[in-house]
Amino acid sequence: MSAGPGGAKLLVMTARTAARALRRNRLRSGLTMLGMIIGVASVIAMVSVGAGADRFVQQQLASFGTNIVMVIPGAVTSGGARSGWGGASTLTVADADALARVPELAAVTYSRRQVLQVIYGSANWSTVVQGVTDEFERVRDWQVASGGFFGERHEKSGAKVAVLGQTVARHLFGPGQDPVGAIVRIKNVPFKVIGVLAAKGQSSWGQDQDDVVMIPFSTAERRVMGAGILGTVEMIYASARTTADLPVAADAIATVLRQQHHIGHGQEDDFTVRTLEDMTGASAAASEVMGNLLLAIASISLLVGGIGIMNILLVSVTERTREIGLRMAVGAKARHILLQFLTEAAVLSMTGGLVGVATGLAATHLIGRLAQWPTALEPASLAASFLFSGVVGIFFGYYPAYKASRLDPIEALRWE
Amino acid sequence: MAAAAGGAPLIETVGLARRYALGDATVHALVDATLRIDAGELVAIVGPSGSGKSTLMNLLGCLDRPTAGVYRLDGREVGGLDGDARAEIRNRRIGFVFQSFNLLARTTALENVELPLYYGPLPLAEQRPRAEAALARVGIAHRAHHVPSRMSGGEQQRVAIARALVGDPALVLADEPTGNLDSRTSGEIMTMLVELNRATGVTMVIVTHDPEVAAATDRVLEFRDGRIVADTPAAPRHGARTRATRAEA
Repeated sequence: MSAGPGGAKLLVMTARTAARALRRNRLRSGLTMLGMIIGVASVIAMVSVGAGADRFVQQQLASFGTNIVMVIPGAVTSGGARSGWGGASTLTVADADALARVPELAAVTYSRRQVLQVIYGSANWSTVVQGVTDEFERVRDWQVASGGFFGERHEKSGAKVAVLGQTVARHLFGPGQDPVGAIVRIKNVPFKVIGVLAAKGQSSWGQDQDDVVMIPFSTAERRVMGAGILGTVEMIYASARTTADLPVAADAIATVLRQQHHIGHGQEDDFTVRTLEDMTGASAAASEVMGNLLLAIASISLLVGGIGIMNILLVSVTERTREIGLRMAVGAKARHILLQFLTEAAVLSMTGGLVGVATGLAATHLIGRLAQWPTALEPASLAASFLFSGVVGIFFGYYPAYKASRLDPIEALRWE
Repeated sequence: MAAAAGGAPLIETVGLARRYALGDATVHALVDATLRIDAGELVAIVGPSGSGKSTLMNLLGCLDRPTAGVYRLDGREVGGLDGDARAEIRNRRIGFVFQSFNLLARTTALENVELPLYYGPLPLAEQRPRAEAALARVGIAHRAHHVPSRMSGGEQQRVAIARALVGDPALVLADEPTGNLDSRTSGEIMTMLVELNRATGVTMVIVTHDPEVAAATDRVLEFRDGRIVADTPAAPRHGARTRATRAEA
């Protein structure tokens, strides 16, 4: 059999025959496609919602600062009792200074925090007062909206300056009042407001990040939080140079701190190093479970759609037994018959797929509009689900097509 | 067009046989059929139901394979060929005409006639003119765009004959071509088949129950119980029936 032009001709004829056969049974074809349509549409809607949620989480993470690594004191065993993390004061300013020399780290800062009353005139607000170094702005990638952040000289001199978070600024100052230059009191110590931080919104675990007042660490240590041991810090923040450096940076931090703390082999760390990836791991796992669940649902509807196609093709093969016999009598080879029914299956499922893509797009749009969920369209998923519908059609169409191609022409011609 | 040089054998069978297993029993549908049909002959096959006529037709049409014996078409042994090779022979060398026409419903006459060309080597652009010519040849070019359900039985059979001829075959096999037609239409169809045989030299083998149809041919093969029991040249056209009857006795 000629392959080149003959093959092209056959393909044209086969496609034409398939289209005609499906047009003849419009209602039946439409109902058969329904499974495919629902399957493909749900895949697309699900991927769009999933991608939208992912993007939302990514934005949340970015709001916390890029490539951030946190070190928390903790898990100290004393006399058999282990404290949880954050339960010990094992981290020091000296540790942070040692970490500043790790090449993978772009910046290091540290903090102590305490919930305190902040007073301005007759207004007061209970908030988290955080003593941090001037590098904090860089590590957390957090700009000021007005005024400025404190610098090294404020830190060295223990200056009584404060930078307010948006929430604090809003609660202490009336609209139209510029906090910059005002004096607020924390624990009876007057602080001059030198800047207001840009809004960061909620953290991914629901905390209002803007409900905060930043003061220089040295000032916090000496004037406000006192009590504790001088030189201890509650948390060290460091930022890796690149995202790719994160795991190396985390390891390097652990190594340096073990040296600093004289922790030998086999001994437990008295600190915990966490990257944002660790912290978001749980939520990522949850969204993965959700994604898999939706994928399972979509797979089931595609499976049902495929079975529908198989069923209707089996009916079609039976109905058209005589036609198949005739085609064989006038020279159709087994593969011609196979190709014809496979084409019908593919046309059926891919038309369903196309309608499904359109329906999925509409559904995505509607979800975005009505439920206000973040959605993100992924062109690759559109293409993939369309192609997959074709694959499903051909897979489930193969058996009926094979059955048709194995018919005996004499028997088929005699079929009533 | 196949050589119409009378005398050259188109079909040669030697000891052709076909058995079927029917449960535990074996049905000998065709036993030891040895015959020769020359190019350009017009042959009728007669005999009661189950006598082996259809079995022979299926074998001659390469729709079936013999269980024993030799079938040479145009000098080529074709009895043992596989499905694809037989499909190709059916497509290039053989045209079929059926009792029940076997036209595709909801498909125009023209497209019905084109059907064998789908599976042949003819380029797409040449198919339509060929099919139109074939329809014109059987005198129903004006019905080209009608579907079978809008046509009379005679018209449908003409379309079927056009479909059998469109691939320019060497052999046309007609199984009871007038079986579903009234006697007047039946006469028209037979006249047309004879005329086509005379004009184009295409070899025709017609299975029939109808003595009038057999009488219109050149030679009558009679079957009984899977065997050829008479092979009668119908030389003086009017005597054909008598001879056949006599041979039967």
